[in-house]
Amino acid sequence: MRAKIPLAIGCLLLAVMLAFAAVPGWFTPYDPLEFDFGALMAPPSAAHVFGTDQFGRDILSRTIAAARVDLQIAVFAMLGPLLIGGLIGLMVGWFGGVADAVFGRLADLVVTFPFLVLVIAVVAVLGPGLINMYIAVACVGWVVYARLMRGEVRVQSAADYVAAGRVLGYSTTRILFGHVLPNAIRPVLVYAVTDMALAILLGSSLGYLGLGAQPPEAEWGVLIADGKNFFTTAPWISLAPGIAIVMAGLGFSLVGDGLAALLDVKR
Amino acid sequence: MSVLLDVSGLERRFAGARGMGDMIARRPRPVVHALSGVSLQVQDGETLGIVGESGCGKSTLARCMVRLIEPDAGRIVFDGQDVLALDGPARRGFNRAVQMVFQDPYASLNPRKTVHATLAEALRVHRIVPEAGIAARVLELLDLVQLPASAAGRHPHEFSGGQRQRIGIARALSVQPRLIIADEPVSALDVSVQAQIVNLFMDLQRRLGLTLVFITHDLRLVRHMAHRVAVMYLGRVVETGPVAEIFAAPRHPYTQALLRAVPQMTPRELRGEPAVSGELPSPLAPPPGCAFHPRCPVAEARCARELPALERRGGGWPVACLRAGG
Amino acid sequence: MTLQVRDLRVVFQTKSGAIHAVDGVDLDVGAGEVVGLVGESGSGKSVTLRAIARLLHANATVSGGVSWRGADLLAMDEAAMRPIRGGQIGIVFQEPMAALNPVLPIGLQIDESLVAHTDLDRAARRRRALELLDQVGIAAGATRLGQYPHEFSGGMRQRAMIAIALAANPALLLADEPTTALDVTIQDQILRLLLRLKDELGMALLLVTHDLGVVAQTCEKVVVMYAGRVCEWGPTADVFARPNHAYTQALLRAMPGTGAMPGTGATAETLIPIPGMAPRLDAPSPGCAFTPRCTVSEPLCATARPPLVVEHARAFACHGRGRL
Repeated sequence: MRAKIPLAIGCLLLAVMLAFAAVPGWFTPYDPLEFDFGALMAPPSAAHVFGTDQFGRDILSRTIAAARVDLQIAVFAMLGPLLIGGLIGLMVGWFGGVADAVFGRLADLVVTFPFLVLVIAVVAVLGPGLINMYIAVACVGWVVYARLMRGEVRVQSAADYVAAGRVLGYSTTRILFGHVLPNAIRPVLVYAVTDMALAILLGSSLGYLGLGAQPPEAEWGVLIADGKNFFTTAPWISLAPGIAIVMAGLGFSLVGDGLAALLDVKR
Repeated sequence: MSVLLDVSGLERRFAGARGMGDMIARRPRPVVHALSGVSLQVQDGETLGIVGESGCGKSTLARCMVRLIEPDAGRIVFDGQDVLALDGPARRGFNRAVQMVFQDPYASLNPRKTVHATLAEALRVHRIVPEAGIAARVLELLDLVQLPASAAGRHPHEFSGGQRQRIGIARALSVQPRLIIADEPVSALDVSVQAQIVNLFMDLQRRLGLTLVFITHDLRLVRHMAHRVAVMYLGRVVETGPVAEIFAAPRHPYTQALLRAVPQMTPRELRGEPAVSGELPSPLAPPPGCAFHPRCPVAEARCARELPALERRGGGWPVACLRAGG
Repeated sequence: MTLQVRDLRVVFQTKSGAIHAVDGVDLDVGAGEVVGLVGESGSGKSVTLRAIARLLHANATVSGGVSWRGADLLAMDEAAMRPIRGGQIGIVFQEPMAALNPVLPIGLQIDESLVAHTDLDRAARRRRALELLDQVGIAAGATRLGQYPHEFSGGMRQRAMIAIALAANPALLLADEPTTALDVTIQDQILRLLLRLKDELGMALLLVTHDLGVVAQTCEKVVVMYAGRVCEWGPTADVFARPNHAYTQALLRAMPGTGAMPGTGATAETLIPIPGMAPRLDAPSPGCAFTPRCTVSEPLCATARPPLVVEHARAFACHGRGRL
């Protein structure tokens, strides 16, 4: 029962974020792109709860409008590694042998480098932008999923229900995708939810560094970067997007942990 | 009676684990001799019990017979076909004819599939019945293993160990096999439930004319269920023949020891020397000659050198002992 | 009586509610006696043994009385318990690999027990350790003392476990399925060893097992348990020949090889299985727990718990005894 309260809070946070992303128009008090030269860098007030930026744009409205891009980052920066890593993990876990040994060394190699440094290096080669960022994350992030999946697949494929399938003459494809995968995927999916929290942080970090989403696209990291020059005079510019990142990250983390407890997944 | 399954000269070795120290010292990878030339026949319609203690290779043998493990050498002939050469549709035909029931009733069922899904999948893959008849056939199978029709919609975790074992038997029966190889199918169950499953096997054999290979460490079960028995020790069959005769007058010293060691139900107090002294030798380094000679009470010098073949040796059934019949 | 257990109850608190694992057990072990405590999974036999030795965890509530040489073990504090557990009462478990410390040599583990329960000096302890290994049939003791559990085979580990349990010359040995994990020829060796040691050292033995055959071979007295309760007890030969409880009778009939040794094979007598499955322990029956699976039950059995009636050297708790 106690495990369900954080899960509920996480779901609530994500529901709010999702609503922002789906229909931002319902929640934004102002047009996020509208300049108001009468209220440049206005501090928080009743009219602008989180203040305005150097063009007089409402910070709250811009933060809400940015939710769509950031949730998109959370999904796509997770999906690429999940699909690639999951498939590789499934294959090396099942077939083992040389492929497994090569995978092991390769995985060791990739995890030796700090994750962010490696992603930045790849983006630096490909050029900044969201699509290139997804590619970079997929190049580096698949390893974690592949390892997780490989471990689960090895456990499951040693179980006798797999042997029973082979004795019944089932094809490898049927056993692999019909029996092993459904039993092995649960911890991977739970990890993926938690990973979306990291993806949001990563997307914001790259956005802040100018390597992810490009202005004028509203993205939380970009918004924080916008405020960095005025940090001493107008610190509120970075406050709302900062809170949004924390809330979204917290939401995914709580849901991930809650699901793990609920589904009794070993972590 | 005709021979349904003929196994001859089956060998299988596994590479053992090698530690870092072994690698540095350049010691070769140890080899486990699981099967060192096993030969036996299964007659059509009978129950053959295979008994032995841990490390005797009985489970490896079972898995070789259904081709879950490929042997390194030897031949398996089922109903006139060379099993190890089968491929494609012919191999699937063999899969239909020879099924397996596993020891662990928890690990041998896919936890995410309902009983109906598990049974229907087998029926569909082998096109046992037309699509429209699958639901009815599933219910027939459940009835055959004495499970209620309501079991079809449930998942394995909702059943007890004995009921799960019935589901495993229903899955094996779904493809209408002629031979079922059961690897310790009741050793994970309590005595009261064990009797239910044993009776079910015997009942199914009578009703469906099944041939049964029953692998177990429990001699009491073999004596109860099997027509013939093969006793294994360290990767070889040491004695094989009719159950009643072998249990009454075992010829191999190991079979004799095994029978003496089985706890009898007639109360008596165990006193004096054990049935056999010493430990089971490691299958990593099986003794030369007859593998039982270091523990054998009647061993002579040649037992450490000569490997006894499994022959009749003047008796009614084959035994692999140089001292037998001499 | 050396060990006297009266109305022992153990309740485990779990997430899904209370589990009544032991539900009013009476049990006696006299000096030098060998008593078998037999039952299927969920019968509470192992929990009973652990409750006697006070080895249960904090989620277990233990009540009733365990009297050992006149002292109530359940009322004792941990300090008073220490010289008894491992001292006067030795314990052997099913899985020696789990009970032995994998990173300490066997010699050291025997030595620990000797330090705790004797006042021998170092040299005397080593002599005693060698003597113990010899007693349990481990050859080349001097080498073996320096070896680790993983260098021992399953049977040898169980022997080492017994040596540790014997270190303090216990008056009672509690053995929890000591041969279940072993092969039948090794089981035969260990059972004979236990009986020989019992004779030599004059200790009593409480043997928990699921195997009626093991009981028949080793125990003068047997206690049959079902669903945390005692069904009956008495001299093994009498109980097996003329069971006084419907469950005992059913269990004996479900065993292969209980009859004489006829020329058998698949033509043998059919086993008579016990219908249904193991009882639930979260909601103890107000009557006899075996009622739903019993073939001779009457309406009374479902509502009134049969008392344990002591008659001559036997006791039983069955309303249907007259119908057996």
